[in-house]
Amino acid sequence: MSDKRIRVLIAKPGLDGHDRGAKIIARALRDAGMEVIYTGLRQTPEMIASAAVQEDVDVIGLSILSGAHNTLVPRLLDLLKQKGMSDVTVLLGGTIPEADIAGLKKAGVAEIFLPGTSTQNIVDFVRERAARK
Amino acid sequence: MSSDRQPTTRRAAGEKSSERASEFTTVSGYPIRGLYSAENLSGWDPDRDLGLPGAPPYTRGIHPAMYRSRLWTMRQFAGFGSAEDTNKRFRYLLSQGQAGLSVAFDLPTLMGYDSDHSHAEGEVGKCGVAISSLADMEALFDQIPVGNVSTSMTINSPAAILWAMYLAVAEDQGVDWKHLAGTLQNDILKEYIAQKEFIYPPKPSMRLVIDTIEFGARYTPRFNPISISGYHIREAGSTAIQELAFTLRDGIEYVEWGIRRGLAVDDFAPALSFFFNAHNDFFEEIAKYRAARRIWYKTMTERFGVKLARSSALRFHAQTAGCSLTAQQPYNNVVRTALQALAAVMGGAQSLHTNSLDEAWALPTEFAATLALRTQQILAHETGVANTADPLGGAYFVETLTNEMEDASWKYIRKIDEMGGMIAAIERGYPQREIADASYRYQVSVDRKEKIIVGVNDFTGEESPIDILRIDESVRAQQAEQLRKLRSERSSEEVARQLAALRKAAQGTENLMPHIYAAVKAYATLGEICDSLREVFGTHEEASIT
Repeated sequence: MSDKRIRVLIAKPGLDGHDRGAKIIARALRDAGMEVIYTGLRQTPEMIASAAVQEDVDVIGLSILSGAHNTLVPRLLDLLKQKGMSDVTVLLGGTIPEADIAGLKKAGVAEIFLPGTSTQNIVDFVRERAARK
Repeated sequence: MSSDRQPTTRRAAGEKSSERASEFTTVSGYPIRGLYSAENLSGWDPDRDLGLPGAPPYTRGIHPAMYRSRLWTMRQFAGFGSAEDTNKRFRYLLSQGQAGLSVAFDLPTLMGYDSDHSHAEGEVGKCGVAISSLADMEALFDQIPVGNVSTSMTINSPAAILWAMYLAVAEDQGVDWKHLAGTLQNDILKEYIAQKEFIYPPKPSMRLVIDTIEFGARYTPRFNPISISGYHIREAGSTAIQELAFTLRDGIEYVEWGIRRGLAVDDFAPALSFFFNAHNDFFEEIAKYRAARRIWYKTMTERFGVKLARSSALRFHAQTAGCSLTAQQPYNNVVRTALQALAAVMGGAQSLHTNSLDEAWALPTEFAATLALRTQQILAHETGVANTADPLGGAYFVETLTNEMEDASWKYIRKIDEMGGMIAAIERGYPQREIADASYRYQVSVDRKEKIIVGVNDFTGEESPIDILRIDESVRAQQAEQLRKLRSERSSEEVARQLAALRKAAQGTENLMPHIYAAVKAYATLGEICDSLREVFGTHEEASIT
């Protein structure tokens, strides 16, 4: 078992200022023993991709409650690809209509966590993904 | 780390507990006893502590007859897409019996960006209506006589600018500003604490707020220039006591700044209004509203020496808790909203918004928005709760909880006073940390099923998707084209002149409202005006507290 800690970037893309969920997930993952970097608010996809490279993360958790996910997420995934970071696990949470989930997963989002998800589910998912790599 | 007391349940010696849990707490985690009686109210003096409705200390409400003379204003928050889209929804809601309007703006507008700004990509019209100029505001109120219907605008950092646009529409419709009724949210302190839609740093932001309060005191006596808010603080995860204490302490900060500006407190205090959350725990919410009125009465009379009755009578709007809505089994939300609305009414709210069942997924469909409005109408006309003032007054439980929440709030208020005030407290991250800790504690209790959320961590079932509102991505392109047209048709010299005058004034201390008004009338865009102020004031970045 590797003793290298899982590195996670929690990011708030776009103008959305609702950070309650993002902060809770950041703390829960930290409590679960992971290295967590929280970007803070109002990050462009460019800023997030740069941070992901700089911090050499294994996972990016995106929180979007503004409805801008169909614009911001594909753009970020593109940038990650360009920067050779396609093996990073990208997760998404927030206000995501059911109908948009398939398209986002097809674009490369590993999992989407809707409101009501327990923090343990997210911790388990991240650990399980990290163990696979 | 909370200042809540830990009461114990009275039980006869040797009696075995037959209760379902080892303790019972409110949704905020506040412990509740099994029974309340007169002994919980020793020292309580009904004449001093309760009073009559419409009389100090206003515990029982701010009007003698409360809803017998006038029902609360049914004021549903609405906004999406373009001004034309929202105008249609406004006129529909008014036709269905809504009494007042409440405008939801999109994120670019809230953050002072025009719809065609690069930061606006993907965001235009999604969370609210896109308003980039006076032309959009004119379209928003097409066929709506602003002299006859009051409007609340949920806008903070650029509030002065959106207000100037509204005032321009009123002038154009021939409405005397002295008769204009409405509310501007314009509560920048809670942005740093919770909602996070700040643009500028605290001091210039406070200057803008006091400019609007000063302007309003002079020109728009029936308009509330500020709605000092706890709703967002609660949505960010605070406890009810934190919501209460931080909101009222924000109020104290605004009053202090108004006095420092040289305003006589009785000249502006009557127009200060408040905005609270209506969350799940029925009695905690009712006690919260009653405590709020009593605390504000004491604060305004003892701390600020106000002479007018209206200066110490706390008026508030309530909104049912968005954060309590579930994505799972969304029809359960109709029930939650109804019960939360009932608490707001039994707590004496002046104005109320009820959420729609689908808001954990999207902005409301017309169907869901109608049902939310009907909820209020049923409450008002079928339940009898509007027949008498403060129906729960005198109940041992409610009076005890009111007292306890007041006591706990004073502790927070004193603590923030000792830090040097709310801005000082914000700069050290104090309210933000309290909220982050409370929200995490709550999540842990939900994950452990110590707190049950029906349909989410218990009583789950098969989910079937519901129809939701989709905002067309074409709104941005539409807006961009309109902006291009606007810029070509207006006088660019006049705009440049007004923006230059605004920048100059912003560097000094004069009231910026007249300059903002002139710029708005010249069809300077929201983004252009906000950018001019960004140049002078700078922008604010927060140090995140997780």
